[in-house]
Amino acid sequence: MALNADYLGRTFPPSEPYEVSRVKIAEFAEAIGDDNPLYHDREAAQAAGYPDVIAPPTFPIVITMAASRSAVGDPGLGLNYAMVVHGEQRFSYTRPLHAGDVVTAQSTISGIRAVGSLTMLTTDTEIRTVDGEHVCTGYSTLVERGAE
Amino acid sequence: MTAVKYADVAAGMELPPASYRATRLSLVKYCGASGDFNWIHWNERIARSVGLPNVIAHGMFTMAQAGRYVTDWAGDAGVLVEFAVRFSAPVVVPDDDDGATIEVSGTIEEMLDDNRVAIGLTARSGDAKVLTRARAVVRLP
Repeated sequence: MALNADYLGRTFPPSEPYEVSRVKIAEFAEAIGDDNPLYHDREAAQAAGYPDVIAPPTFPIVITMAASRSAVGDPGLGLNYAMVVHGEQRFSYTRPLHAGDVVTAQSTISGIRAVGSLTMLTTDTEIRTVDGEHVCTGYSTLVERGAE
Repeated sequence: MTAVKYADVAAGMELPPASYRATRLSLVKYCGASGDFNWIHWNERIARSVGLPNVIAHGMFTMAQAGRYVTDWAGDAGVLVEFAVRFSAPVVVPDDDDGATIEVSGTIEEMLDDNRVAIGLTARSGDAKVLTRARAVVRLP
């Protein structure tokens, strides 16, 4: 099924504020099997110059994916989630997220293109603190495989 | 941890390879931690019904292993400036005790200004190259 090209360029409202917690960082780090002390030990993180434990580099996907769900999950776009795989991902960081950050994320649909039987959907999601400081932008390309 | 210094790095330098494991349990944990419960990451019946060989790892799980590879090498997890991958093949995770193995290697591609270094990454699982165009830019002390 082709995606609705009218959604190209559409920016969705920012997400509700998300508070980055030590518990969520530890859960995520454990799930990826990473015991780096900067993710688990506040004193180690502070000794390295961070205000609190920091999040792994791919942690922002937790926030960007939740935010972009309003975009990719919009019924008018017509994405069949069971046929979706993740094609590309890029992050551009101003700094790592750390516990205590309160951030919002805002998504824009920056690309819809067909390649053979595939449809590629690119979403840019900016993460900023509630004070407006840029932390990270995630660029996700989802690939919808064509139905048989 | 000892942080790698910019002065200690040169273009063309190869980083020691590392391998990481993905089991069904890893994927279930990653579903919960990430909030991505797409059935293809935990339900073999649905994965096969949509034409996949079996349950596959989240692309972001594989990217996380590549990230871990870079941060372990750099000795500081907060050094990334850019991190990009293309998911070129799925990591297929069988329902057994061993799961799948993801092998990551890297090369210093380019020395950039402002103490930044570009690292080219490769990741394989079995015979498949699971990441392509994988690149991390880090800022070293």
